[in-house]
Amino acid sequence: MKTFNSKIKIAALLCGISSLSLSALPGEMKDTGSSGAGQNRIEIKDFAFNPPTVTVKSGEKVTWINRDEEPHTVVSVEKQFKKSSALDTDQEFTITAGAPGTYTYYCSVHPKMTGTIVVEK
Amino acid sequence: MSDYISHDHEHDGIDRRGFLKCMAWAGTGVLWTVSGGVLVSKTLAQIAKAGKPVPATDLSFLQISDSHIGFNKAANKDVTETFKIALDRINAMPTPPSFLIHTGDITQLSKPEEFDTFDQVLKSCRVKDVFFVPGEHDVLNDGGKLYRERYLKSVEGKGSGWYSFNKNGVHFIALVNVLDLQAGGLGQLGDEQLEWLEDDVKGLGSDTPIVVFAHIPLWTVYPQWGWGTSDSERALGYLKRFGSVTVLNGHIHQVLQKVEGNVTFHTAMSTAFPQPAPGTAPSPGPMTVPAEKLRSMLGLTSVQYKQGNTGLAVVDSNLS
Repeated sequence: MKTFNSKIKIAALLCGISSLSLSALPGEMKDTGSSGAGQNRIEIKDFAFNPPTVTVKSGEKVTWINRDEEPHTVVSVEKQFKKSSALDTDQEFTITAGAPGTYTYYCSVHPKMTGTIVVEK
Repeated sequence: MSDYISHDHEHDGIDRRGFLKCMAWAGTGVLWTVSGGVLVSKTLAQIAKAGKPVPATDLSFLQISDSHIGFNKAANKDVTETFKIALDRINAMPTPPSFLIHTGDITQLSKPEEFDTFDQVLKSCRVKDVFFVPGEHDVLNDGGKLYRERYLKSVEGKGSGWYSFNKNGVHFIALVNVLDLQAGGLGQLGDEQLEWLEDDVKGLGSDTPIVVFAHIPLWTVYPQWGWGTSDSERALGYLKRFGSVTVLNGHIHQVLQKVEGNVTFHTAMSTAFPQPAPGTAPSPGPMTVPAEKLRSMLGLTSVQYKQGNTGLAVVDSNLS
């Protein structure tokens, strides 16, 4: 039991460290570089971001996954967060939502594809 | 099989059946012949079948497009092989074309190894003179740096890689419309390139035949799928005074043609996989047909453009 408790403590500690490191600077969104799957998942399918608008809380992760046979990118229109590299089929890209605001993005390969992230406090 | 056009609602010389026949054409190339300043196209399958040399003309060249080396999904698990078949057809021509143009999407993901494979396979082609323009798949992560290092060695590329050259009195213009694309927009040439274009054609006589090539169509094919170029009108404005302008594009993996005054717009087949006709699928992604059907369809259908005709003539040339 003692070992188990220690593990929980270590896990809690690690979580604390990681949430600290993930807190984004005001006014920007941060690329976490991980594939941490939260409920804020945006599927790229049939050359569209689905859902096209996602509302999240500041500090939450947002993950895109490409379900097309075509490469797509995720690029902030106002360059407010780091752009993804070209995502091949089933590849993911994750950012952590920064300061509250509305962030529009598009696919730089197929610029007709646009989407919006609304970040709330 | 008959070759006539049964339904031509758009008066564009192509019906749905003819259109689907065009789809059978992946893996082939189009031979363009400049004769008296007007371009005429024939498929390689047709030329190979005829077994006769191409009639003596001022100039002949060949367009290949959308090789997508590295693509390995259901629509074609071996795009390198179909690219090879296209080159075999070129090598089998009784009279080789003077040069090739590749209208972009050499690779699927702009990877160095994909470019390597393309270059290696291209060596088997007996036509060594090849002119390129990039597709969006060739400039995915580096703004086209790798593409330019590899494919602009024999030309004086300006800006993001546009250039022009002359062959037998024909002025060729290679444009780049796949970079710095704006959110919500289409393909784009940009001010710098347009200013260069205006200057480039300034000194040319209006009787100079012009051939423009670029990846994304320079006419609005289907904006809902991004099949067009936002500032192409301005480019075409600079070319208005010329008696013969031919615009050759790729990107949409199917043959479409439009004639507007002295300008003929034409899109080429891919050597990799077909894409759906505008608006006929949820998206313009790769269209899957059975693999054995894709292979057997190679060279089955040809498309001709002849002087005086405003539309495409789609002709069966089943080699099996």
